[in-house]
Amino acid sequence: MIINHPLLGPRDANEFVHLGDESLIDRPDGMADDAANKFHDYMYLRDNPAGKYRELWYHDAGDRSWLVVTRDTLTHEIFNVELARDVARARGRSK
Amino acid sequence: MRYSALSILKQGLTGNKSWKPVWREPEPKKSYDYIIVGGGGHGLATAHYLAKVFGGKNIAVLEKGWIGSGNIGRNTTIVRSNYVLDGNQPFYEMSIKLWEGLEQDLNYNAMMSQRGILNLAHSDGQRDAYARRGNAMLMSGADAELLDRDAIQKMCPFLSFDNERFPIKAGLLQRRAGTARHDAVAWGYARSADIHGVDIIQNCEVTGFQMKNGKCIGVETNRGPIKAKKTAVCVAGSSSRVMEKAGMRLPIESHVLQAFVSEGLKPTIPGVITYGAGHFYVSQSDKGGLVFGGDIDGYNSYAQRGNLPVVEDVCSGGMSIMPMIGRARLLRMWGGVMDMSMDGSPFIDKTGIDGLYFNGGWCYGGFKATPASGYCYAHLLATDTPHANARQMRLDRFMRGNMIDEKGVGAQPNLH
Repeated sequence: MIINHPLLGPRDANEFVHLGDESLIDRPDGMADDAANKFHDYMYLRDNPAGKYRELWYHDAGDRSWLVVTRDTLTHEIFNVELARDVARARGRSK
Repeated sequence: MRYSALSILKQGLTGNKSWKPVWREPEPKKSYDYIIVGGGGHGLATAHYLAKVFGGKNIAVLEKGWIGSGNIGRNTTIVRSNYVLDGNQPFYEMSIKLWEGLEQDLNYNAMMSQRGILNLAHSDGQRDAYARRGNAMLMSGADAELLDRDAIQKMCPFLSFDNERFPIKAGLLQRRAGTARHDAVAWGYARSADIHGVDIIQNCEVTGFQMKNGKCIGVETNRGPIKAKKTAVCVAGSSSRVMEKAGMRLPIESHVLQAFVSEGLKPTIPGVITYGAGHFYVSQSDKGGLVFGGDIDGYNSYAQRGNLPVVEDVCSGGMSIMPMIGRARLLRMWGGVMDMSMDGSPFIDKTGIDGLYFNGGWCYGGFKATPASGYCYAHLLATDTPHANARQMRLDRFMRGNMIDEKGVGAQPNLH
């Protein structure tokens, strides 16, 4: 697989480490009343779709940026690559 | 028809004209007592034990494609019980005992061959860990021997003993481990289940679950609705896709694992050998091909095929431990879709929905578990209580903090 890095251009997926679902960006509030349940769901449960999947990849052997890659889990085709920081900031994080 | 030497002789003398189909092709009935979703190894084993041991009646196995078309036909055929933890080892030792009597139980040749598995250790620390593992195995009633370097050299002179980085220090041998003919396991269970009255319905895809007052009362299929008192899902690889139809999210990701076979060679590898410093395991099939594999590719996939970096990684692991395989040519490689659970251990459990049961999360170790998985799942279906050896394989174990984190790296999702 070739991941088209937004800053570096096309790179071999071998340079990256796969973390998992993009929803891992949205860490729950640890002080909430039902934090234990929320963290259980956050840590352990997955949608695991067959088809389009938004997931986190880490450019371990590169610029060490976190990326959100939109990929088809049935064909391995990659549709879109974004910097995870852009995705997080668009949701109002780390302003 | 019972298979025996006599039946082969009789058929041979009469031109092999009266062999019968091994199982029926029944039309689905309107309702069953038990529906097992998924006609793979575990589903067919469940049907067999449910009908034969637990006296279940009126059972159907629904399979989307043809039976045995998933991971039972895609694995590297290794059978072993060399685990450590309480939640695992008694279960896998039970499985080995069932494997040992499988062919007599099924009246079917599954080519079970107890040729032994040798786990190699490459450091003092690893040898200590294997000594502990061996003790845990012995305590569960399994067999284990810690071999020194000389004993391994006698057994496998072709290994790379003086590798500068990863010299061989010791090995943990389980002689009762071995290999079995994977497809024959599915066919044997299917034939036996069929003989005990189970309807095996192929080309029947479950498209949804029928719910009434929060209870599962049957399934929707592409061949019409079918009612069931108990619905048992057993579709490892596609667990998330199927359980989503019941509104459940699982602690599972689907990953691709690749396997490889070389051209046929003369007998050279005595049993199953695993490399302790890289991820590489190999055995030799009865046809002579070296059957080997390594790590999962490491990203979610339902594609049943992997990518080249892992091919390179697996082959370099093989070259590192047994340089002779560099002379063999690769014949085929393929991929299977694994239910990777968050702690590396499986589930055999009721769900939060009455009448709906779940078996999955087998990671890359489901084949060896086939008999025990079927037996324990049948026990759960028949009695509504977990079998003693599968009582920790619960879906809610993450919430309770009772992970079965066998790999020794702690409970760490994403660290597959």
